Amino acid sequence: MANANAQFAALADPTRRAVFQRLRRGRLSVAEIAHGLPVSRPAVSQHLKVLKQAGLVADEAAGTRRVYHIDPKGLAAIRTWLDQFWDDALAAFAAEVERPEGKRR
Amino acid sequence: MNKTITPAPVRKTVRVNAPPQRAFDVFTAGMGRWWPKSHHIGKSDPETFVIEPKPGGRWFERGVDGVECEVGKVLVFEPPSRLVLAWQLSADWQYDAGLITEVEVRFLPEGANATRVELEHRDLERFGERAEGFRATIDSEGGWGGLLALFAQNASQ
Repeated sequence: MANANAQFAALADPTRRAVFQRLRRGRLSVAEIAHGLPVSRPAVSQHLKVLKQAGLVADEAAGTRRVYHIDPKGLAAIRTWLDQFWDDALAAFAAEVERPEGKRR
Repeated sequence: MNKTITPAPVRKTVRVNAPPQRAFDVFTAGMGRWWPKSHHIGKSDPETFVIEPKPGGRWFERGVDGVECEVGKVLVFEPPSRLVLAWQLSADWQYDAGLITEVEVRFLPEGANATRVELEHRDLERFGERAEGFRATIDSEGGWGGLLALFAQNASQ
């Protein structure tokens, strides 16, 4: 499950970040992404795989090639993250409200 | 291709065995006692979280080092029934004065000694919209703090 933490973790690697930022220009093939980067094409493919698993990029077939683009559903991951955050926060809030008087911090 | 992303608000309900006034007080004045310690903004551990009890009041974290970090502000303060906060933390957990997403909390009495607390965190699409303005900065710095700018740009293509 992609979430914001996974997305930020995926982007913590500088090369992966460079790969991701190239996609801001639009839809690119692996060869186009790798062009000018100091890493091999297989390495770029590996980075794309991680980015895809984090929900940051998506890919599709274009003729015989596979092209990558930034996944606009990434916002959904932010939402999922907030959803989980409020679950945790409200559970802690409820516990605090119901804490017996003498045991309140 | 134009695509507008409008994520649904995050909605939560929790029932507590206490009257609305107590629930409201713990949520606001007592936030430092329940806010997950794992989620803080400052460099040091948080000492407490403060919601100033008035419209326009600040909502901030105070670290054990005394440094105060803004979370957002108070938009509506109507004890014991309603609270609206401006959540101004971006997705990378940094305060952004230009980002305003709303967190509305309602405290509804259930019988004599219980409260249903309903929370809605809305305007989530603004995480994307706001990021548009930072594109130049992100371009120049190559930073990844603007992750959402990338989503926003892609969404508007």
